[in-house]
Amino acid sequence: MLTGKIALVTGAGRGIGREIALTLAKNGATVIVNYNGSKESADAVVAEIEKNGGSAEAVQCNVSDFAASEAFVKQILDKYKKVDILVNNAGVTRDNLIMRMSEADYDAVLDTNLKGAFNMIRHLSRSFIKQRGGKIINISSVSGVLGNAGQANYSASKAGLIGLTKSVAREFASRGINVNAVAPGFIDTDMTKNMTEDAKKELNNMIPMGKMGTTKSIADLVMFLAGEQSDYITGQVICVDGGMCI
Amino acid sequence: MLERVKEIIEEQLNVEGVEITEETRFKEDLEADSLDLFELVMAFEEEYGVEIPSEDLEQITTVGSIIKYMQDKGVNA
Repeated sequence: MLTGKIALVTGAGRGIGREIALTLAKNGATVIVNYNGSKESADAVVAEIEKNGGSAEAVQCNVSDFAASEAFVKQILDKYKKVDILVNNAGVTRDNLIMRMSEADYDAVLDTNLKGAFNMIRHLSRSFIKQRGGKIINISSVSGVLGNAGQANYSASKAGLIGLTKSVAREFASRGINVNAVAPGFIDTDMTKNMTEDAKKELNNMIPMGKMGTTKSIADLVMFLAGEQSDYITGQVICVDGGMCI
Repeated sequence: MLERVKEIIEEQLNVEGVEITEETRFKEDLEADSLDLFELVMAFEEEYGVEIPSEDLEQITTVGSIIKYMQDKGVNA
């Protein structure tokens, strides 16, 4: 249980982030539901958490912005005094073959997915070090583990998150702070909904278990990594992918 | 200045009852690791309103050296 814990989930308005926020709240954490553009979705997540008797607040911040994320962290620490669980989930895609990938598409994806996580960890690092404990969970992707044609930018950002995870895990290990990455495979969300039926079918053939995963399967692992059962696990990348990374 | 500096060191490094003089070395005598040193430096920055760039950390090895460093920066306390 996470009673009394403060959890901050970036990009928590939709998809995997939403499910993570709901799951952590259901287990007793007070959840800061961060969003960038989708205020209504974030408000809906907060409403759902409160309806179930939990506690949450939606806070806007573009995490790719170093100064904005610094102000965001300060605002949270002023109010809640600490953050016990940080889930770097905010992510975007701008898929294209590298021959046709624009600089803007590359930068946008790296800025949100990788630098956003850096910004949040960087600004919360002092607070984590001071409290001598905490859980940082970075949402990577099988795309970052295996690579994926058409996703050079996304895959680079998600592979970068793995390096970030392992380095910060080493830096923070002596202070009892666990830093791990979760690498989802193909999960049924808005991000994957827009794929054509043919593409989905082809994809299912690549998954040993033959089907897409659910957001719940990711949130359940994040819950485990956020709790004390995982206290001796750090610097790991755990794939939740129906066997894709075997 | 030494008295307040001592207090900050005791608080940041959780060392109590250890004799701290200007010759005391952070790493060897107080068993501070690199994260401890960063925390310590940040505490001094806050207390005395100075900025200590990372490249200057190498010269800060003893209690005396941090006092001298801050005096060189114009801190009078």
